[in-house]
Amino acid sequence: MTDRPLVEVSNLSVRYGDSDVLQGVDLQVAPNEIVTLVGPNGSGKSTLIGAILGGVRPSEGRVTRRPDLRIGYVPQRLVLDPTLPMTVARFLSLPRRVPRDRVHDALERAGVPGIADRQMSVLSGGQFQRALLARALLSTPDLLILDEATAGLDQPGSAAFYERIEQVRADTGCAVLMVSHDLHVVMSASDRVICLNGHVCCEGTPEVVAAAPDYRRLFGAGTRGTLALYRHDHDHTHFHDDAHTHGPGCAHHHGTERGATE
Amino acid sequence: MILDDFMTRAALAGIGTALAAAPLGCFVVWRRMAYFGDATAHAAILGVALSLAMSLPVFAGALVVALVMATAVTLISGRGYAMDTLLGVMAHSALAFGLVGVSFLGGVRIDLMAYLFGDILSVSRADLAVIWGGAALVLGLIGWRWSALLTSTLNPDLARAAGIDPKREQLVLTLALAVVVAVAIKVVGVLLITALLIIPAATVRPFATTPERMGALAALVAMASAWAGLRASYALDTPTGPTIVCVAALLFGLSTVASGLQRAR
Repeated sequence: MTDRPLVEVSNLSVRYGDSDVLQGVDLQVAPNEIVTLVGPNGSGKSTLIGAILGGVRPSEGRVTRRPDLRIGYVPQRLVLDPTLPMTVARFLSLPRRVPRDRVHDALERAGVPGIADRQMSVLSGGQFQRALLARALLSTPDLLILDEATAGLDQPGSAAFYERIEQVRADTGCAVLMVSHDLHVVMSASDRVICLNGHVCCEGTPEVVAAAPDYRRLFGAGTRGTLALYRHDHDHTHFHDDAHTHGPGCAHHHGTERGATE
Repeated sequence: MILDDFMTRAALAGIGTALAAAPLGCFVVWRRMAYFGDATAHAAILGVALSLAMSLPVFAGALVVALVMATAVTLISGRGYAMDTLLGVMAHSALAFGLVGVSFLGGVRIDLMAYLFGDILSVSRADLAVIWGGAALVLGLIGWRWSALLTSTLNPDLARAAGIDPKREQLVLTLALAVVVAVAIKVVGVLLITALLIIPAATVRPFATTPERMGALAALVAMASAWAGLRASYALDTPTGPTIVCVAALLFGLSTVASGLQRAR
């Protein structure tokens, strides 16, 4: 029962007009694991998150959430209309009222104590993202979903942010599903990495994905330096559906099995 | 009886409308729905024409057509049309068809001004009941959905993650907007309803720190405008609906200057 996935995506396809954004995607998130989605721009990462949240309608396949699943969501960007006045404390009480001491507690845990009475509009990028995180944590989520939550942060800032996420997982036992461009940090913080390019290109532990040819083709030479940090320890199997299509950067050939000991 | 005085009835009508319009107006401002409000209000004149033609209560006709218009716009939005163009087309077509429709009804032509700019001094007891009933409905609806509405105004995905359906909240606003439009026709007329929604909210923005405070302050400013506008129109012998909006606009000017001074200090 405890191993029942929090979210199960099976054979998910999403089509916008004539273009397939996602094709035959399978994904599971188990309790207490940190799963990271990587992939180039336009690879459907945010669409997949949208489908899991329920805002994007699948054209095929299905998304199953565990009943009563509590989701904490940190969006990539939140643009507050300048006409909307909002203190940090009020924001943390949306949609459910939260006692003042829990607000302070959540801000402290997110690493930004003492900003409760400030307007959201005057926060720095890092403070804003942490306020979003604090709000997501207040719902005591089973699953924390972060959609490029560190997009506007510098490298030390985002490293600190992900450290905070790992700490939160350790403290609360929630699972984390995150989308990230920040390959360095992703690799160290995740239990499992899923490389997406309209379909699941490859998945596995960070080491496995870093070494997978598909991943290297997608992210190119720029990431070699980072990837060299990981040993090429290939012991996973990798099956492909022959019907899928590839983006321009994804030039892999279809083998029956990929990544077996080279 | 106090309601025998037409000025008292007018004041109550104005205050009731203002009370419902202002908090809803905050959402109109936050969600940038001003044009949406215009389209709904303009469509109501078509409802007026239809209900006059069929001898139905004007309130009912206006409500139904406003609701149809608001729902149609909500459904069409987000499907790749340019929203402002679409709303412009629908708002002004509805207004034009309404005006043409009214012209077919001999004898009511003199009344047209009353529906375009309101006729608050002729508010009857029955009108008052409709206005306060509508206001109570709108306030109740918005109060009940307040947190969910705010969350989906911030970000639809944030709402979905918390188990709120943003489409449903949009529908709540649509319904509230149609009711306010139908209620406000008698008070300020279809052409000035959006002003009653937006100006009080914009006036109090610089002085509000939370959404709740902005809603409450906007309601106060709207009620003050309605009352002062009514008195001013009586003293100056000017049309009441436009005078109410003028007072609101003056308050907006004052607020802009005051907040400018505050920031300069």
